[in-house]
Amino acid sequence: MATHRATLERPAAKAGVKTRRQFLTDTFAILGWGFFWTIMGIFGWIFARFFFPNVLFEPSPIFEVGYPQEYPIGSVQKRNGVWIVREAYGFFVLDGTCTHLGCKFNWIDAEQKFKCPCHGSGFRKDGTNFEGPAPRPLDRYKIYLGEGGKLVVDKTSKFPGVPGKNSNELYPESILRI
Amino acid sequence: MSEERQHAEQEERMSTVASEETNGKGEGLLERIAYRIVNTHFIRSMYRTPWPTDRRSRLMVVLESMVLHLHPTKLPRHAVRVCYTWCLGGLSFYLFLVLTVTGILLMFYYRPTVEHAYWDMKDMMNVTPFGRVLRNMHRWAAHAMLIAVWLHMLRVFLTGAYKPPREFNWVVGVTLLVLTMLLSFTGYLLTWDQLALWAVTVGTNMARATPFLGHEGPFGPQLHMTPYNDVRFALLGGSIVGENALLRFYVWHCLGFPFIVAWLMAIHFWRVRKDGGISTPL
Repeated sequence: MATHRATLERPAAKAGVKTRRQFLTDTFAILGWGFFWTIMGIFGWIFARFFFPNVLFEPSPIFEVGYPQEYPIGSVQKRNGVWIVREAYGFFVLDGTCTHLGCKFNWIDAEQKFKCPCHGSGFRKDGTNFEGPAPRPLDRYKIYLGEGGKLVVDKTSKFPGVPGKNSNELYPESILRI
Repeated sequence: MSEERQHAEQEERMSTVASEETNGKGEGLLERIAYRIVNTHFIRSMYRTPWPTDRRSRLMVVLESMVLHLHPTKLPRHAVRVCYTWCLGGLSFYLFLVLTVTGILLMFYYRPTVEHAYWDMKDMMNVTPFGRVLRNMHRWAAHAMLIAVWLHMLRVFLTGAYKPPREFNWVVGVTLLVLTMLLSFTGYLLTWDQLALWAVTVGTNMARATPFLGHEGPFGPQLHMTPYNDVRFALLGGSIVGENALLRFYVWHCLGFPFIVAWLMAIHFWRVRKDGGISTPL
């Protein structure tokens, strides 16, 4: 039975051909490390995603600001941190944050301008910057009439002020004409 | 190691102090009491080495003890010159320990919620026994640590101690500096007063301008970043500095950053030794 014995001997490793042992070792290594890094990747994603909550308990960025008749023509009123401006041609909403360094500014009725107490930036009624260090006009938000006839401000829809541009001309859609 | 040898070492370790010159004869009462205590099985079992009698056994005590091995077994003479290092790294570490101890104590009275945070801080200042002292220790140590860390970096720069083979430890040190500032910044919010709120509002507004990850930064809008999915949102847990932000900053301040800092400090100190100890004056 010499031939039988010969078949039991391990075949000599040929160049470029894997032995069975090598093949299994490599396969298990690839499977094992693949499994390990897949799990690590999944947990990496879980840990990262965990920091982005799905439900927020903060004031809604879309809110009602009362009926249009509460705003006389030419008036400027602050609601929920934004300025509601009522002109003869319609309503628009200005963000209450100075475009210089983020201070909250005031409306000075006698001079018909917004004035920032921090560094003296001044803005006209339409939000155009005209004095002080502010680099660009005030940002605007979308305003529309809600189903109940109340004005609704949508802070998720923003019209950023662009230096040297008048927002009335740049964003006609920011004005609610009623 | 053979069993007999192991046994012999055990015997040696447990052998009493009073072997040679210090056999307790003619000593004062206090010395004799001290020897009695030191020679108990309990005390000897705390050390893996016999009582140090010569240079080598003294080194072994330091090498074989978990706490003592954090120290070098021996120092070059120049390393203890105060006017060379000003002990600024050591001072930073000392202040970190002060901050850890006082910080843990403050945690016993402080609740990181919008409802309670500010009033817990006020109670700490006015009615908690020694609360004002401990809170002010925490506050002043925090200021002092930042100053010490900056000066430490200045000293390392001026003495050229960042040069190879110490360049990696410089990188670890800069990371520790950034973490120290982050600890300062996160702790600042926890008083939850107007100053804290607006300081952190302005501070985290800078994150809006992060490239790629901020909704007002370069390439941010192209990557669909909004105030509700960018890096600032992840920092604050919301779009404004509110309840979530307070809790997040609290956890980072009390657990997250201190863990990272402690880990990096261990590497930092270890590398000082391994890279050849404190740099030599020229």
